[in-house]
Amino acid sequence: MRDLRTEEMTLNMGPQHPSTHGVLRLKLRTDGEVVTSVEPVLGYLHRCFEKHAENLEYPGVIPFVDRCDYLASMNNDHGYALAVEQFLDIEVPERVEYIRVIFAELQRIASHLVAFGTFGLDVGAFTPFLYAFREREMILDLFEMTCGARLLYNYIWVGGLSHDIPPGFVEKTYRFLEHFEPKIKEYNDLLTNNKIFIERTADVGMLPRDVAISYGVTGPQLRASGVDWDLRRDEPYSIYDRFDWKVAVGVDAYGELGDCWNRYYVKILEMQESAKIVRQALDNLPVEGDVHAAIPKKIRPPEGANYFRSENPRGELGFYIVSDGGTTPFRVKMRSPALSNLGVIDEIASDWLVADVVAILGSLDIVLGEIDR
Amino acid sequence: MQGLIQFFQHIGLASQFWATVLSTIIYAAAVFGFLAVFALVAVYLERKVSGHMQDRLGPMRVGWHGFLQTVADTLKLLAKEDIIPRNADRVLFILAPVVLFVGTYLVFAALPFGPGIIGADLNIGLFYIIAVSSLVVIGIIMAGYSSNNKWSLYGGMRSAAQIVSYEIPVGLSLLIGVMMTETLNLGVMVQAQETGIAGLGGILGWNFIQNPFAFIAFFVYVVAGTAEANRTPFDLPEAESELVAGAFTEYSGMRWAFFFLAEYANMWIVAVLGAVVFLGGWNSPIPGDIYVPGIVWLFVKAFAIVFVQIWARWTFPRIRVDQLMTTCWKYLTPIAFFNLIGVGFWLMMSPF
Repeated sequence: MRDLRTEEMTLNMGPQHPSTHGVLRLKLRTDGEVVTSVEPVLGYLHRCFEKHAENLEYPGVIPFVDRCDYLASMNNDHGYALAVEQFLDIEVPERVEYIRVIFAELQRIASHLVAFGTFGLDVGAFTPFLYAFREREMILDLFEMTCGARLLYNYIWVGGLSHDIPPGFVEKTYRFLEHFEPKIKEYNDLLTNNKIFIERTADVGMLPRDVAISYGVTGPQLRASGVDWDLRRDEPYSIYDRFDWKVAVGVDAYGELGDCWNRYYVKILEMQESAKIVRQALDNLPVEGDVHAAIPKKIRPPEGANYFRSENPRGELGFYIVSDGGTTPFRVKMRSPALSNLGVIDEIASDWLVADVVAILGSLDIVLGEIDR
Repeated sequence: MQGLIQFFQHIGLASQFWATVLSTIIYAAAVFGFLAVFALVAVYLERKVSGHMQDRLGPMRVGWHGFLQTVADTLKLLAKEDIIPRNADRVLFILAPVVLFVGTYLVFAALPFGPGIIGADLNIGLFYIIAVSSLVVIGIIMAGYSSNNKWSLYGGMRSAAQIVSYEIPVGLSLLIGVMMTETLNLGVMVQAQETGIAGLGGILGWNFIQNPFAFIAFFVYVVAGTAEANRTPFDLPEAESELVAGAFTEYSGMRWAFFFLAEYANMWIVAVLGAVVFLGGWNSPIPGDIYVPGIVWLFVKAFAIVFVQIWARWTFPRIRVDQLMTTCWKYLTPIAFFNLIGVGFWLMMSPF
């Protein structure tokens, strides 16, 4: 028996694995089923977004921004458009601001629905995924009737929108909200308060408050750790200061703050809050108005740099734009929220089981398009 | 079986030996046919039930309401390329689905389908079934080891731990039925459930309603049986979102289909055993002389249990490997032992 020895096994998870949410590769060192270290390997979906941006005029970058976080294209567009507008010091009409907020929040709901559904898949529950997609489908229908696209919209432009909302959009959105808000209870019954689900996620993969802050974790993942920080409220951009809503923070219900369950539940709460914002924005939407601001034909921001950050469904989305005074950006750096959130994985997923790594990765809600860019 | 043998002797086959051999082959082929058809129906049922639970229709295109979809899928599997990974242990890799399927198939020798419809009417039928159904684990470990894939290895090891552990609550729960009816012969066990308390018959005669311990034991059995059949929430050897497809990751085409067939056959075994031991087998739930063939009642009961397994699969998340062991050793096994002792006392004290 003395000759028997054990050693750690290196396990390659991905890039082709059902639970890595795209082409992420994780190098796991495992001792039996216990994972001793996790090393993410990135770059399988690298599409040179930032280099492309240097060769395109400012408005032309938008379709590329769309393709970064493909589950939240509207929010990306919104962030980029605001970044350029702030650089140029452009004011957009009131109506545009409202429509942008409506779309950004609908997109946030759609994105969180995917997160909710795929997190269910990660822990082995298949049905919530289809429930989530049922509602997401309705949001995509709204987007489709507005701009014809269902995934990559190119709708929010620098200085306005590509075109106005179609007739019937407002009523249809109200109907969607009527349908959607009661469904959240259904999600909670099916998954959130399910005993097995709680066992799998509560007190798993705790992300302490200070670790979250030091790694630059943002968005629902940060709020789940009990940090009450949301750019929409704390650094209000667009017209977010006009609405009455609450920032969703992790709750002390089943486990510690910052566990997988909280990271999941904050997204459920945020969907409710987003629905509230959409409703208020619809109520106050100015009836008439142009959807284009008066902007110069060629956008030439002044020489210098500008950084603008906005709250994406996955966290803080930043655009650092350097201009040399020409019509194309000298440099565009995108601060990807999912990349910073993924960085914390070794810290929180070590010493958990393989199945927990899947759950933790799912709760971080990453989108590879944005991480690799 | 006996009927078949007599039939052959009747039509002039003098030798008892050859009559037996011939009937065995025919019966085995019939069981295989049944299994294949059952798997088709169960997969169809699974897809339809899950579809309707998930707010969609499930297969609709092939045949009436997609009834032939599973047939089409089977044909696709038959036509698929059979891939053996280069670094796999070829012998074990090829043998694994065979061992797994044989383990499952052997059970059907002693599993009744209705009154008198049984391969070998063993007087230790239940014991035999519990014994041979454990062979399944060897097949899964072989598949996990021989694939030369770390995920498959995990699946194999998980499966070994799981099936060996869950044998205990399953066995103990079935033992309660044995204590109450004082037989290991499944046919006799069903006969004993015809009357029950105060000779009322019908549903009141069935084992699970005879005493509170048997009632609990039935639920312990269904839970542990679901785990034995590797179904969600206990499908850790496959664990699609963690281990890709677990022990079966490297398999394709017909070899994979055999694993699949064995899984559904296992579901059926769990369901039929539950129906026979706890739910009165082929006895009618209503006392009196309503003529419905026994086989119909047995199938209704078995399909009810199959439905519950499908229902659970599409509702629950999967539990974790350590929680799986905790559920078995800290909850199900003690409860099963408690039931066993309880039933013992009940049978001694009870006036019936």
